[in-house]
Amino acid sequence: MTEEYLELVSARINNIAGHDSAVEEAKLNFGKPMVTISTENWTQDTARMLHDDPELKFNFLSCLTGIDYEEHMEVVYNLYSIPHNQYLYVKVKTPRDNPEVQSVQPVWKTADWLERETYDLLGISFPGHRNLKRILLEDDWEGHPLRKDYVTDKKAMGLD
Amino acid sequence: MSIRTEQMTLNMGPQHPSTHGVFRLVLTIEGETIVKAEPVIGYLHRGSEKLAENLLYTQFIPYTDRLDYLNAMTNNYIYCAGVEELLDWEIPERAEYLRVLVMELNRIASHLVWWGTFLLDIGALSPFLYAFRDRDLILDRLNEISGARMTFNYVRIGGVKWDAPDGWIEKVQETVKEVRENIHEYDRLVTGNEIFQARTIGVGKITQEDAINWGLSGPIARGSGLKFDLRKEEPYSIYDRFDFDVPTFQEGDVYARYKTRIAEMHESLKIIEQACADIPDGEYIHKKGKRIMMIKPKPGEVYKRCEASKGEIGVYIVSDGKTQPYRVKLRRPSFVNVQILQDYLVGEPIANLVAIFGSLDIVLGEVDA
Amino acid sequence: MELKGFQDLEKYDPRLAEDLKRNVLFTKVEQVKAWARTRSLWPLTFGLACCAIEMMGTGAARYDFDRFGVIFRASPRHADLMIVAGTVTAKMAPVLRQLYDQMPEPKWVIAMGSCATCGGPYKNAYSVLNGVDKIVPVDVYVPGCPPTPPALLDGVELLREKIRREARGEQVVAKK
Repeated sequence: MTEEYLELVSARINNIAGHDSAVEEAKLNFGKPMVTISTENWTQDTARMLHDDPELKFNFLSCLTGIDYEEHMEVVYNLYSIPHNQYLYVKVKTPRDNPEVQSVQPVWKTADWLERETYDLLGISFPGHRNLKRILLEDDWEGHPLRKDYVTDKKAMGLD
Repeated sequence: MSIRTEQMTLNMGPQHPSTHGVFRLVLTIEGETIVKAEPVIGYLHRGSEKLAENLLYTQFIPYTDRLDYLNAMTNNYIYCAGVEELLDWEIPERAEYLRVLVMELNRIASHLVWWGTFLLDIGALSPFLYAFRDRDLILDRLNEISGARMTFNYVRIGGVKWDAPDGWIEKVQETVKEVRENIHEYDRLVTGNEIFQARTIGVGKITQEDAINWGLSGPIARGSGLKFDLRKEEPYSIYDRFDFDVPTFQEGDVYARYKTRIAEMHESLKIIEQACADIPDGEYIHKKGKRIMMIKPKPGEVYKRCEASKGEIGVYIVSDGKTQPYRVKLRRPSFVNVQILQDYLVGEPIANLVAIFGSLDIVLGEVDA
Repeated sequence: MELKGFQDLEKYDPRLAEDLKRNVLFTKVEQVKAWARTRSLWPLTFGLACCAIEMMGTGAARYDFDRFGVIFRASPRHADLMIVAGTVTAKMAPVLRQLYDQMPEPKWVIAMGSCATCGGPYKNAYSVLNGVDKIVPVDVYVPGCPPTPPALLDGVELLREKIRREARGEQVVAKK
C-alpha cells in the first residue's frame, strides 16, 4: 500500500515538473514514503498538488525542518493526510552558499512560523513568504546558530 | 460633525500576567477593536536544538523536560521513542504501562494548570487554588516514582528509569478516585456559570478547515470538530489496549475547547484505571538501556509524533552513526498553535483577547524552545 | 532590667510603671522599617520559565505564600521584590533590567533556580545569559532545577533575615 503511494507521489511530482528526473530519490523510510527533490523542482504548484489532489490530500503539514549537511542544506516537510491516513517525507535539497526554497506558506498556513524559524536558525530563505524575518532571535542577531560552522562565543556577546 | 478616531498601538507583554511567561503581542487597535495583532516571541529561546548536537543521546532527555514543563513526561517519551525507532529496540511491557500511567497523570496535571490559570485570566480567582491543590496530589505520585515534581527525566531510552515503588499503583488508584470527584465538583462550579458562558460561548471561533490548514492539533482541533487523536488514530506505546473516547465538540469556540479539556481529563482517568488494573510484572527497561550510556544508532532519520496535552508533539532526529545526534528538531504544538493569533484576533474586541489567548493553552518554554 | 529615659519612674502610678516595663521597647527606626518590610514582601509576577510554575505553586493552596505577607503584584511599580524565576535570554535581559529600574526602592532580587543563578543546564546555549547577577544585583540565590516550593519559601526566609541584619548595620553578601 505505502509503496504504491510512493510511486503515485513520485509520478505526480514528475508530472508537475514536466520531466522524469524531478524526484531524485524515492524510498521507504521506516515504512513511510520519502521523496527527495532539488529546490528547482519544488514549486508552489507541487505543494498545491500534494495538498489538493484527491488521491493524495496531504492537508496537514506536521513539521518543517531545516538541516545543514555541510555540503548542502535540506528542508524536510513532514506531511500527513488526514482523510487517507498517510505520511510523506518530502526532502528539498538546496545549495549551501545561497539556500533558497520556495515557500509553502500560502498552501499550508502552518508553514508561516515554521519557515520563519528555519530562516532564523539556519538562514534558508523562503521566497513567496508573506513576512519572512527573524522570529526567535533579535532582528540584529549575527549568524544562524543551527549551522554547523556557527561559533558560540558567549564572552564576546557579553552573556558570560 | 463626525468624531475623528485614530489607531493606537498597544503593547502587551512580555511581562504580562495573562501571558504565562514572556510572550509579547503588539496590537493595533481602533477604539475597542483589534485591527492588527503581531505576536513577538523568542524571549525564552534557549537553543535546545543546538545543545542536542553536542550532547549524547541520553544526555538530551532532561532538556526535553524543559520544553513543555507542564507536560514533561510526554516530551521525554517522544524523544526516547524517536531514538528507539532508530535503534529498533523492543520495549518491555511493564515499561510501556508505566509510561502510559505517568503520561496520563501528567496530562491531567497539565490540563488542571490550564483550567486554573485560564479562569484566573478571565477573572475567577478561586479555581486557580483548587486546580493547584489537585495538581499537587498528582505531582506527589509523580514525585514518588521519578524523584522530581516537574522536570522528571523519568522516561529513558529503552524503558523507564526506575520501577514503581511498593504500593504506588494502589496510591494512584486512590488519587484517581479523589481527582475524579474533584473534577466533577469543578465542572459544577464553573461550567454552568452565566458570566463564564457569556465570556466564552461564541468567542474565538475556529472552523475545522482552518484548524487543519493552520496545523492545529490536540484539544483546539477537537474543539473545532476534528475527531483526531494520535492515541486513537495511530496508537503508539500501548494505547490500543485501552478503552477510551475522543471527546469532540463542533462549535469551535473558547467554550468548546474548555469542554474538550474537561472531558479529556475524565478519559485520561479512565486510561489510568485500566492501566493500573492490567499492569504486568517484569522488566522496566530494555537490558541494553540499563547499562549503556553511549548509544550509537545507525545513520538515518526519523520523524515520530504523539499526542501531548497541548497537541501533536513531534521529533525529527537525524543520526550520522555517532554517539551524538546530528540534528534534533522538535515540533512543538504550542509554537504551531499560537501562530493563529495573528489572524484570529483581528476584528475582536480587546476584552476577548485574553479569553482567546488563554484557551489556546500555550507554554512559552515550548513556543520558544 | 532598667528602663532608660524613665528615671523619674517613681512619679508615675506604680501600676502604670509596671505596664510600661512590660510594653515599651526601644529600637531604631531602621529596624522597625525592616520589620515591616519583611512582613509584606510584594513580588512582581514575573515568570520566565519552568520555575514560574513552581512559583505559582508556592502561591497556591498547599504552600500558601500569602501567610508570609508575600502577595504577587502585576506591576513593577507596586513591587519591592523581583523573583527571577527562569532562564534569562539575551532578548529578555534588557526587558528585565527595565522592569527592575521601574521598581521603587527599596527592592530586592531573588534568583530562583539554576538558570537565573548561573545559566544552569543552558550554560552553553548561544542565547542564554549566564546568571541574572550580570545585569541586576541579586540578594538570594535559590538552587534547584526547578527549586521546590519549600526551597523558595526558604529563600524568602533568608531574604527576610538579610533585611533584618542589614537594618542592624551588618553587611550581608549572597554567596553563590
